[in-house]
Amino acid sequence: MTAVDLLELARSVAGSAQPGEQIEAYAARTRETDIEVFRGEVESLSVAGVSGVGIRVVTDHRQGFAWAGTFDADVVAETLAEARDNASFAEPDEWSGLATAADAASVPVARLDLWREDFLSVSTDEKVRFAIDLDARVSNADPRIREVESTSYGDGLVESAIASSEGVEASVRRTVCSASSSALAEADGQTQSGFGFSLGRSFTELDADFIVSMATERVLRLLGARPLKSRRLPVVLDPLVTAQFLGVLAAAFNGESMLKGRSLFLDRVGEAVAAPFVQLGDDPTDAAMPGATMHDSEGVPCRRNALVTDGVLQGFLHNSATARRAGTRTTGSATRAGYTSTPGVGVRALSLKPGTRSFDEIVASMPDALYVQSVSGLHSGTNPISGDFSVGAEGLVVRDGALAEPVREVTVASTLPRMLLDVSEIGSDLTTLGGSTAGVTLVVSEMTMSGA
Amino acid sequence: MTNLIETPVLERTLQAALRAGGDFAEVFGEDRRGSSGRFDDGRVEELTSGRSRGAGIRVVRGDTTGFAHTADLSATGLVEAAEAAAAAARTGGGGVREIALEARPSTPYEPEIAPESVPKARKVELLRVADAAARGEGGAIRSVTASFADSRRRIVVANSDGLLTGDEQVRTRFGVQTVAAGDTGMQTGYEAPGRTLGFEFFDQFDVEEIARKSARRAITMLDAQPAPSGSLTVVLAKGAGSVLFHEACGHGLEADLVQRAASVFEGKRGEQVASPLVTLVDQGAYAREWGTFAIDDEGHPAQRNVLIENGVLNDYMWDYLRARKEGRASSGNGRRESYQVLPMVRMTNTYLEPGTTDPDDIVRDTEHGIYCVQLGGGQVDTATGDFVFGITEAYMIEHGKITHPIRAAQLIGNGPEILHRIDVVGNDFDTWTGMCGKNGQSVPVSSGQPTLRVTGITVGGTAA
Repeated sequence: MTAVDLLELARSVAGSAQPGEQIEAYAARTRETDIEVFRGEVESLSVAGVSGVGIRVVTDHRQGFAWAGTFDADVVAETLAEARDNASFAEPDEWSGLATAADAASVPVARLDLWREDFLSVSTDEKVRFAIDLDARVSNADPRIREVESTSYGDGLVESAIASSEGVEASVRRTVCSASSSALAEADGQTQSGFGFSLGRSFTELDADFIVSMATERVLRLLGARPLKSRRLPVVLDPLVTAQFLGVLAAAFNGESMLKGRSLFLDRVGEAVAAPFVQLGDDPTDAAMPGATMHDSEGVPCRRNALVTDGVLQGFLHNSATARRAGTRTTGSATRAGYTSTPGVGVRALSLKPGTRSFDEIVASMPDALYVQSVSGLHSGTNPISGDFSVGAEGLVVRDGALAEPVREVTVASTLPRMLLDVSEIGSDLTTLGGSTAGVTLVVSEMTMSGA
Repeated sequence: MTNLIETPVLERTLQAALRAGGDFAEVFGEDRRGSSGRFDDGRVEELTSGRSRGAGIRVVRGDTTGFAHTADLSATGLVEAAEAAAAAARTGGGGVREIALEARPSTPYEPEIAPESVPKARKVELLRVADAAARGEGGAIRSVTASFADSRRRIVVANSDGLLTGDEQVRTRFGVQTVAAGDTGMQTGYEAPGRTLGFEFFDQFDVEEIARKSARRAITMLDAQPAPSGSLTVVLAKGAGSVLFHEACGHGLEADLVQRAASVFEGKRGEQVASPLVTLVDQGAYAREWGTFAIDDEGHPAQRNVLIENGVLNDYMWDYLRARKEGRASSGNGRRESYQVLPMVRMTNTYLEPGTTDPDDIVRDTEHGIYCVQLGGGQVDTATGDFVFGITEAYMIEHGKITHPIRAAQLIGNGPEILHRIDVVGNDFDTWTGMCGKNGQSVPVSSGQPTLRVTGITVGGTAA
């Protein structure tokens, strides 16, 4: 079934709407290959496709939803009946409902090329060879590397389509490829781990050299790490760590959270929420971002949304329902976790505007700081409502403009609002890790470090 | 026994899977239905129903596993998937192998009240009752999100060793998340028990009590002071800290990680790895806890596995493949999120057995430390044993008394090290319900623990 067929299927479901009833059908199909290599051999190779449909029914402002992991016509019909039944038990919400034709025409559709035809011509054998070779190269990169914990190759094609009784129609198809390797190194009885990865839209866009050097550098420089004494100090966040923090911060820009009084930034539009040189936006129409797409999960065209300009909060992200309730227009920010869920609100490509200096130049300018290479427990350690956070960290001391001894088993803590105001520099090195955020080297002038 | 797929079709599928010369083949069929509802912002926001069915087929040859899955349970669909899995296992050539399946009965837990027999209106009513109860705790409560979820999962497992078995798992969970606002900003409370039970779950759990607990937690945290930093004595209240042992010790005892040399517990069987007060058990058939089942997702019966006995490492947890490598039997710990993924070694219900000390005495005998009532999520690096854990409800202990609440702290430490630092274990017990993520797969688990004390964990607070 192609993207076009999916649209046909969605149309036929949406077309069964009765007077006074809104129906939206979202059909999706994926095809994935996953290869896991361990000790030079393929440990598992999985080839699998998943497809299904999610149906939303809104009657008298009551919303019901049902999904099924199949396109079987009888099951799709039952799923529609179930969604209708569920709607009858929901309570009326004057703002609920689907995106309108006007929403879908609010901005022109971006022309993005997210599909690589050569994706289909790569044989499984080639992918297996790539993964085995990558595993061997990481394993042999340095005598201190004791084991490669795992080397993975994965790719997938995703096709999806939405159609609604309100005249919204959209379809998209995308390809993605990724490879990663995680190395374990040992010295003086201490084990450390570090990983490298590469992303692309097709096999030929993956960079094995980069994965090897990244994994090797990140694991070896942590050997001999020790806790530091607790104190306050400036912190340099690795781009991957910044990307993870942006992932947590994203909730603060969520229009649904704002309406429910759960956003950090409630009632703060127009106020300075970050250092004056901070520019933050969500731009799903940037094809270089892994989360790039033309339409959101309600079929509304995506566009760039500025969230913080010159440190000042610009507004929140919305889908059609949260926009109606907030008295504004959708920002094309409906997201859903596949056909099994209804559209919520979320970011797809959240990033800071990069600065001018590289990581090396930034480190060279710092007399005393902690460079944080990775954090753990970010989600459990952050209160998204109060913004307080305390996370486990590992990295290196920065002393007199150079990376010095490695550090482990410390935590760094602050609050998200404090951290945004304390940003003192943004690096030039925009990096993506396959999620919905991109990172840059970020210098925060002060955090509390707890150690031994 | 479930007749999701007819026995002759299973036999044909397995034969097709082995035709090219695999050592082992397995068909895992699954049919899952569920419903869930969410009450948010003062109204029933949504009711959802979902269903999926399909089969995952794996073919093992040597150390390589090939896998394919299909939503088409017809003989043609299954044989095609079997051939794809066989090709993925990159097999050479082989002869025809006859497979005669022999049904092994299992005893699924039958719910007293099937969730699908309960009117939706009744489930919606529970959400409304919970919302009102949470709001009844006072004006500081600004928002309440109540949710229920029930599911019925039928599985069938057939493999080339001739095994044919099945199970039916019915689970129910009810959760309440609250937000309270005060002078110090906003705080949250969360409480969400779950059991392998039908609608009779609600005879055991009072939704009003769940809601009130959640609301009180959020309100209490409004008065919380920043947590101290540094190495402190930590008393973990019953149930509260069990997820810490799940993460910080349990994962390191999974045989796949041990065989990958990615566990600090590798090669330590028979060694003293914990205080003699520690006996750690994983039990798939434990009561009707959230992680309970009759057979695992490879068809092996759930059993009681003593992982650490009086501080000595007794055994790891095993699935079929890891056990085969070691020439032993599976311990019934092969689980998977759905038919779309391969099974791996997973925990079920993991708990520390109670000791003999009165929990009140544990607090009374603690001069200075913190008392943890609820932990949030956590993370562990199994290769080093280093873990971090968020605290969601905790208090200071000063001169043997529980005093003011503290907030915004992480516990950070090393699993094996804290196992040695447990110096007293209480005679009480409680469990915690959760979803355990590993390699992108999430499965229901529970953990349990008595009140106990650890003489030193690094607390990363903000009151430096």
